[in-house]
Order: sequence, then structure tokens, then C-alpha cells
Amino acid sequence: MDLLIENVGHSYGSVEVLREVSLDIPHGQIVCLVGPSGCGKSTLLRFLGGLEEPRAGRVLTVGEPPSDSLNPLTYVFQHFALLPWRTVEGNVRLVLEDHRLGRAEIDAIVADVLARTRLSEFAGALPKQLSGGMKQRVAIARALAVRPAVMLLDEPLSALDSQTSELLLDDLVALWTRQPFTAVYVTHNLSEAVRLGHRIVVLSRRPGRIREILTVDMPLSDRHLGDPVLEAHQRQLWELMRDEAVAADRELLGE
Amino acid sequence: MSERRDEGSDDRRGNPVAFRGRGFAPRPVPGVGLAVFVILIAAAELGTRTGWISALTLPRPSAVFATFVDLWRSGQLWIHLVPSLRRILVGGSIGIGVGVSLGVMIGLFGLVRAGLVPLVAALFPIPKIALLPLFVVWFGIDEASKYALIAFGTFTPTVVATFGAVDNVDRGLIRMGQSFGLSWWSIVSKIVLPGAFPGILSGLRVSISIGIILLVASEMIGAEHGVGAYILEAGALYDLERLFTGVALLSILGLLVSWIIDLVERRFLGWRG
Ligand SMILES: Nc1ncnc2c1ncn2[C@@H]1O[C@H](COP(=O)(O)OP(=O)(O)OP(=O)(O)O)[C@@H](O)[C@H]1O
Ligand SMILES: [Mg+2]
Repeated sequence: MDLLIENVGHSYGSVEVLREVSLDIPHGQIVCLVGPSGCGKSTLLRFLGGLEEPRAGRVLTVGEPPSDSLNPLTYVFQHFALLPWRTVEGNVRLVLEDHRLGRAEIDAIVADVLARTRLSEFAGALPKQLSGGMKQRVAIARALAVRPAVMLLDEPLSALDSQTSELLLDDLVALWTRQPFTAVYVTHNLSEAVRLGHRIVVLSRRPGRIREILTVDMPLSDRHLGDPVLEAHQRQLWELMRDEAVAADRELLGE
Repeated sequence: MSERRDEGSDDRRGNPVAFRGRGFAPRPVPGVGLAVFVILIAAAELGTRTGWISALTLPRPSAVFATFVDLWRSGQLWIHLVPSLRRILVGGSIGIGVGVSLGVMIGLFGLVRAGLVPLVAALFPIPKIALLPLFVVWFGIDEASKYALIAFGTFTPTVVATFGAVDNVDRGLIRMGQSFGLSWWSIVSKIVLPGAFPGILSGLRVSISIGIILLVASEMIGAEHGVGAYILEAGALYDLERLFTGVALLSILGLLVSWIIDLVERRFLGWRG
């Protein structure tokens, strides 16, 4: 299943947030969205997930999602969004309970995704007992449990320290290598973008428009911290974004 | 120069950083609550025995206790306690049940909120006791008017606490539920209600205490038995021992409720940080 964004524009009240954004997200690719703060990245992601409707343009899915997909468009949130009163296992179960699955099947899915995210030992732990990195792994396990056709990730690593996010980045690469998934990945962190993105979409400052689309050809599993080709891409991205970021930083909100 | 120096002296290596992170984190201190009761009662006992407190001002705690034992032995205790418990249970359940349901609806639906919040705000400050005669006319002198008074009195604080608690449920969690395609009912029962539960529970502490106050008030009209009737009769005869026995019964009831809510909190709210 592919996603297609057609001429999407949006304003909140008098604030125009996005203007004429068109983009396609082909099956099996990770598309990274970068751009200055407030340019509408999260807003665009909410449109993609159907949590909000754009004023102009539309978001289309092309082709059928895999028949075993329980929730084709699935989010991973910046602040994890785990239910604090449910255990790790309970949080994963939550998203399966509404589907007509047998008990055995639910158990199997839960065991599988917890193993894939290396959380099996912590199945009975409550979120308050987990570190930030583990919480985000739970959120990723929960997202995997519904077998998404497209994963929508909104700065999933930005609440974590850099060592933890480095580890989790490796986890994401490993998950993708084992079983490629489609993803839209919003981030502020350009090094994350070049490590994960097959394509990196640079948005301008508000109102967000597509400034540039960068393609990174290197296979995900070959991309390592400090790789010169990636560094060059990262520098290029920063050159693109610098002026926008400076300008965005000077803007008063709510003007 | 590595001789040992006294603490607080100006050690060449520097002064220790003063600790200033103390306090603002109340921890349970076992036994203190009980000690406060024991000291107060002992002081009253001592005061009344030495004559420093006159028998007209305060009954002797030991005499109150003796009255209590009498009440128990004669079986009168249950005759008064059972109807009172039934009234608070029935009235309280109705008030709290309706209060929680409406509170959740106010929290979830704009129309209900717009319609009911002003009404609740108008009802809240009415002293419900003042309405007792009216309730007697509406519901009769028997049990129904007592249930109604207690229900009405527990209803308002419950509604307010409940919709406040629902408002405070993390919107991000609700968004999460929607993004996974959970049904409306699943979101309400698995995200909104558990998230609002701590707030609802602390609201119940207030509501139930108000319920106990109204219980006594309701039993002052047209009740043969009940803790309130017992207290009223004792007061009319200026029988301080019995009056205080009744009052102590109410306090015990209050303590019991508080203890039960503590248990529920410990059992169900362990997930809080
Ligand atoms: N629900 C809303 N109501 C009104 N304004 C909103 C709403 N959501 C977002 N905005 C505004 O829209 C603009 C874009 O917001 P958005 O969250 O999409 O930006 P972003 O690119 O994700 O920023 P950041 O990088 O800081 O997360 C911001 O100026 C924000 O204040
Ligand atoms: Mg954002």
C-alpha cells in the first residue's frame, strides 16, 4: 500500500501551516520529514494517520493494505503514549483486544513483538518502572503488533538521551532489515534522518512547503555512525535548513 | 596537610554543600494518627477526672465507652446502626452512581456539558439540609426522603470531581487510542475511566463524608432508629454520654470510609509514579 499526499494545505485560524504539499510514500520505504520547528510536520503526520483533516487537498492510500494488517496506519508517538496503569504486555494487548482474534493468537502476537523488541523479560513491568528507551520500545512493539502497512513516527527518539536513541535507531534498522516496512519519520535530528531515510523531505518554514527531496541510496544496514557519505548528506541538509531555521527562530508565534 | 578536621570547620579542601532538598515529600509515618487520638482522649479523661473540665462541658471518655459497650450489649447498637448504614448505602450509591455517570457524560459530550454544568453550579451551593422539609413533602416522611437527601448531597460533589477528572485525562492517550482504531467504548472504558479514576476517588472522599453529615440530618426528621435519631434524642435530654457515643459512631464510620478508600487506592492506583 502506498500513500499519496495531494496538494495538501492547512491553516489553524489565520495561521497558515502547510501550503501545497504533494508527496508520495511508496511501499517499503522510509521517508523522513525534516524542517524548522512549527513548519507543520506533526500536522502533516496527523493528516496521514487520519487524526485530522486538511483544509485543502487530500491524502490517499493507493492499493489495498495487506489483508492481515489490523491497523494499516499506525503511530509511534514522541512521548510514548503508554497507559500507565497497564503493564508492558497489557499495553500491547490493548490494541489487539478490539479485533476479533482468539486468545491464543493474541498471546502469540504479543510474545512475538515483545521478543522482536527485546522486551520479553519485562512483559509484567509497569511503564513507571521502565527507562525512556524501553518505553519507546514498548510503543514500537505495540505498533508492530497491529501489523501496520505504514508506520507514522513523530520524533520517536527525541525524548531520549543520545546513547539510548542511537541504540533504538539500530533497533529500527534491524527491524526494517528483517522485514521492510513503510514509514514516515518526522525528526529534528538530521543524523537520524540520514541513517533511516530512503528519502528525506525538507520542508520550508511556516507555511510548510516542500523545499527539497534528498534521496539516500545506501542500504540501511550499511549506514553507520560517522560514515563520510552520510556526513556529506547531513551537511547538505543543514545547508538547506540553516536559513529557514534562522528565519523561523526570529518569527513570533501567533502573528 | 592531611590531618582530620572537625565537621563544619573550614576544611582547606572546601566546605560541604549544604543539603536543602528536605521536605515536600510526605511519607507515611505509622502510628502517629492513632497517637493523636489516644493523646486527645487521654487528656479529656484526665481533665474530667481532675475536675479541670466540668462534667457539663465534656463527658468522661471512659463513661462514653461504657455507654457504647451497653449499647452494644443490649443490641441497640445494631438497631440504630443498620438503618443508618442502609440509608447511606442506598442514598450514597444512587448519588454517586448518577454523579459519576453524568460527570463522565459532561466530560465527553459538549451538549451535556453546556446543559448541565451551569445547573450543577447552581445546585452545588444549596445547603441540602435546607431542602429536607421539601423532600419530606415530595418523597414522604419514610425512607425515600432520606435516600433522596443523601443521594442529592453526594451527587453534586461527585459530578464536579468526575468531570474534572475526565477533563484531566491525558488527551495524548485518547489520541493514541483513536490512532489504533479502538472503538469509542474501548476508549472510554480502557483509557478515559481508568485515567479519571484517581480524581473520582478523591472526589468520593468528600462526597461520602457529606453523605454521612446528611444522614444525620435526615434522621432528625421522622426516624425512629438510626445514629442521627439516637444523637437527636440524647441531645434533647442533654445526655452527653450518649450524644458522644453517637458522635463517635459517626467518626468511626468516617474513618472506615477513609480506610476503605486508602485500600482501594493502594490496590488499584499502584501504577502512579
Ligand atoms: N491544534 C492546533 N490548533 C492551532 N494551532 C496549531 C494546532 N496544532 C498545531 N498548530 C500550529 O501549527 C503550526 C505547526 O505545528 P506542528 O506541530 O505541525 O509543527 P511541527 O513542524 O511539528 O513543529 P515541531 O518541530 O516543533 O514539532 C505551529 O505554529 C502550531 O502552533
Ligand atoms: Mg511536531
